[in-house]
Formats: sequence, structure tokens, C-alpha cells
Amino acid sequence: MRHLLLTLILLLNLPPGLHAATLAEYTFDEPDKAEDFRDIIEEMRCLVCQNESLAGSNAELAIDLRNEIYEMMKSGQEKQDIINFMVARYGDFVLYSPPLKPTTYPIWFGPLIVFLIGGVVLFRILRRKNVTRETELSAEEEQRLNRLLNQSNDQRDADQ
Amino acid sequence: MNRYLRYSIPLLVFVLIASFLAWGLKRDYNPRHIPSPLIGKSIPDFELPTVESPDTLVKTSDLQGRVYLLNVWATWCVSCRAEHETLVHLSRSGKVEIVGLNWKDERDKARAWLSQLGDPYTINIFDKKGRTAIDLGVYGAPETFLVDSKGVIHYKHAGPMTMELFNETLLPLIEDLKPRG
Repeated sequence: MRHLLLTLILLLNLPPGLHAATLAEYTFDEPDKAEDFRDIIEEMRCLVCQNESLAGSNAELAIDLRNEIYEMMKSGQEKQDIINFMVARYGDFVLYSPPLKPTTYPIWFGPLIVFLIGGVVLFRILRRKNVTRETELSAEEEQRLNRLLNQSNDQRDADQ
Repeated sequence: MNRYLRYSIPLLVFVLIASFLAWGLKRDYNPRHIPSPLIGKSIPDFELPTVESPDTLVKTSDLQGRVYLLNVWATWCVSCRAEHETLVHLSRSGKVEIVGLNWKDERDKARAWLSQLGDPYTINIFDKKGRTAIDLGVYGAPETFLVDSKGVIHYKHAGPMTMELFNETLLPLIEDLKPRG
């Protein structure tokens, strides 16, 4: 149990960019650019092993693309230029975060719509329950209720 | 609400989900298929040697004026070996011209492969560094592009070429692209 706990704690402490330690060959004079570079390759999907980022993958194509992006940054191109370069060749698929456009509306708004439908259903069910609880008493029931209440009040008075 | 109607809700939900799943299975969805943004665009500019000779350079403009399949291949690629026979058969049938793009390979190995298995390519471009393949959005071999006489890409297939794919999908497109008369 202690081992498990320890492992979990260690896992949680892993910095997200740990695997980027192998990227030491990419050096920049400005720290800003180094950060941009890391951001770009973390945000791009490796086309060969699709659940890895370009930063994490050791596929040959990923290495080539990292080199290409590095060269582009070295030659002074901006982050957006590089994203455009990649999307022009590999499509939106290369981006981990899909852009907002008609074909991706279901991804962006689908969960919200499902949530709203669920909310409406829940609201209606709850309201119906309240209605059944608040049904009014008939005259006869009212009388009986008063009688019972008076009775118990009398009882309490008598007790004191 | 009618009691029967209310009890049939789980059934309706089940039918809805089942039909979605059936639709997903039936449409032959391949999660490894990545739609190419290059369809409708021109093939990228390049100037590369051929597999046969480091001194013969091929440019983008050399490929204009013909409808052809651009086939990305390599000797290290197992699926390329699988589709090679189909490519040889296609090129002998004379139905389409095939241009090769040899991707991140070694010249000697590529030459040995062609002399051993047959050479379906009219031109075989040698992309040692894989830079032109990046411009083509190649992410795995084999990939095949259908290019028209103006150098515009009309179709891309990732994976081995089959006669079925050629006859059902590519051939009608090729017929449309070829000049009439």
C-alpha cells in the first residue's frame, strides 16, 4: 500500500514535458523561442503514432518534422507561420486542439447541447415531483388535519 | 404520459444507439485515414535526382502535361512490397502512368528491388531526406496521389494500392481527367 502511494505521488510529480529532455539538441539563443518551439511540438500530433505529440515521438517522421520546425524557427519564422505550414500539409488533424469551424461544431458544441437537453429533462422531472407533493387537501382532509393538530396541541398543553 | 410509451423509451434509446453504431461499422471507417488538405492543390515544387542516377534532376514542371499516379514507396516498407505486384500489373496494362517517389531510402536497395520485382515507374524520384514527402503531407508509405496534367492533386490513397481501388475509384477519375477526343 505504501509502495502504491509512493508510486502515485511520484507519478503526479512528473513534469508534463519530461520526455522533452531528449530534445537537448535544439538550442535557441532567446529563451522565448525555445519556449515557442516546445509549445509547438507539444501541440502537434505525430502522424505515425497518433497518440503521441511531435515532442514525445521517436518516429522518423516526427524527428524530421521537429528538425524542419527547428530550422523554420531558426530562420525567424513565427509560431503561426509554422502552424500554417503544418496544417497546409497534414490538415487540422495535426493539431491536438481542433480549430472552430463548421466541421468541428459538433466537437465544440455537442457536449453543451447534450448538457442542455439533460438540464431540460431534469428540470421537468423535478417540477413534476413538486406538483404531486403540493396537491391541495380536500375540505374533509383539512378538517381532519385541524382536528389532529388541535388534539396534539391540547396534549402538549396538558403535559406541561 | 401513456404508460406503454414511457416504458418504450429505453427501447427507443437502444435502437438509436444501435443504429449509430451499425452506421459507423458499415461505412468502413478507418481511424488511420487522414483527409489530405492537398486535394485540389498543386504538387509541391521540388528538384530531386532519380533513383537511377544522382546526376539526372527531375523538376515539378517536368511532370506536367500528363495524368499520373504519384506513388510514395520505400524498400523498408512492407506494404509497398505487398502492392508492388499491383503497380507492375497496372503499368503494363497501360491504363495509367506511375511516377515513383522513393522516400528516405538507399539507392542501391531501391535499384535491387526494381530489378528483382519489376519496375512500374516511368520516372522514379529519389527523396533521400524526405523533404518533398513532407511537402506532400506523407505520413506513411505507401501513399498514392492522382495528379492531373496541370499538376493538381485529385485523390490521395494512404495504404497499398489494390485493383479494386483502382478500378472502382481511380479509373473513373482518370477517365474524366484525360483529354477527350
